[in-house]
Amino acid sequence: MSRLSATARNRVAFTLNGRPVSLEAEPRLLATDALRHGLGATGTHVGCEHGVCGACTIQIDGAPARACLTLAVQLEGRDVRTVEGLSPAADRLSVMQAAFRRHHALQCGFCTAGILISLDAFLREQRHPTEEQLREVVGGHLCRCTGYTPIIRAALDAAAQLRDAPSLPEPAHV
Amino acid sequence: MKPAAFDYIRAGDLSEALDALARHGSDARIIAGGQSLLPMLNMRLAKPAVLIDVMGIPGLDKVRREGDAIVVPAGVRQAALMRRPNLAAEQPLLAAALPWLGHYQTRARGTVCGSAAHADPSAEIPLCLVALDGEIRLRSPRKSRTVKAGDFFAGMMVTDKGDDELIEAVVFPAARPGTGYAFREVARRHGDFAIVGCAALVTADAIHLAVAGVADKPERRSFPLLDGSALSDALNAFAWDLDARDDVHATARLRRDLVRSLGRETIAEALSCRA
Repeated sequence: MSRLSATARNRVAFTLNGRPVSLEAEPRLLATDALRHGLGATGTHVGCEHGVCGACTIQIDGAPARACLTLAVQLEGRDVRTVEGLSPAADRLSVMQAAFRRHHALQCGFCTAGILISLDAFLREQRHPTEEQLREVVGGHLCRCTGYTPIIRAALDAAAQLRDAPSLPEPAHV
Repeated sequence: MKPAAFDYIRAGDLSEALDALARHGSDARIIAGGQSLLPMLNMRLAKPAVLIDVMGIPGLDKVRREGDAIVVPAGVRQAALMRRPNLAAEQPLLAAALPWLGHYQTRARGTVCGSAAHADPSAEIPLCLVALDGEIRLRSPRKSRTVKAGDFFAGMMVTDKGDDELIEAVVFPAARPGTGYAFREVARRHGDFAIVGCAALVTADAIHLAVAGVADKPERRSFPLLDGSALSDALNAFAWDLDARDDVHATARLRRDLVRSLGRETIAEALSCRA
């Protein structure tokens, strides 16, 4: 059993986009704030902070998670991926990101990071997604600009590209 | 919004979690997936002094069969139960309800037992437990006990669980031959809490309908095999008995109407799939 005191700052160590990181966190610190303020990874956006909007979605051990409904101390020892970890290189977009750009699947872009993370996680488990399935996954996010139709179009396009191009890396770089 | 300060205990086994609960009583809350608790903490509707994390306890994350029962321990995430092979045959009601339970992103974290512990009157897990006459297994340092779902849920986010008890597992009866099962829900957005959710079981001689989102806890009623206007009258009486209230999501009148219409559709579907 380990007990972390409410007022003490505890070292939390985990992997962020493939690199080991650590920060000091009180137990009440949310994962969103740990990533943004503790580590400067501001790609994860803070929206509603009660699990409704999905803007803060990250992956923990490959599964999607609302970072605002996750405590930083719960990340201890986990493999965390954020939108910063999606592109294969600093100057390149991933297949999914490029599809979003082509289909005009974002406008203000506030919700986009979370949506990309959710779709990345889903396409790892389902390489032949139906439109209905994608709508359900994207349904966990609120987007007030696009009306969702371009997002679904981009997701279907990216899924087809990833399926049909065996030379592309596995969904590690969706 | 941010949580108030709390101590955080990672329990290594069940006895550590129970000892910590016994020591801190009503000042402590169990955290599993956290998908219901974190919003409460963020909005400071809950301000526990201590959180006890049970997700590191070995052995709590495996669903198992015990005869005709599907036993779901405290560490089982909703997505894991959904991925259980053959769940649709094992318990069709559960398989039909789970896709409505939160979103893809919250099911990956939230646990089945956590949803039971939270006892939201609109939630799908309490509804299924009440519909199927399932059970909740509670543990404290002093004793273990099993409570029928109908007795466990006591009101709006209120249960029969004592301050020193944790939910060790919830138990869903497996499908019985000759029984039809169906689940339907109306929500503002697929995955949000139900405005009204209906779970129906139809056996050779009875209809059982459980309803979430209307009363302050899931309520179940049994009817003989009525149809036509007799069934309409019975559903209408049930709808009025549930004491629906207006809130920001829907009027009481809409809720009563959904008990009548959605209830009827759910019963019809359960009738049609009696195996």
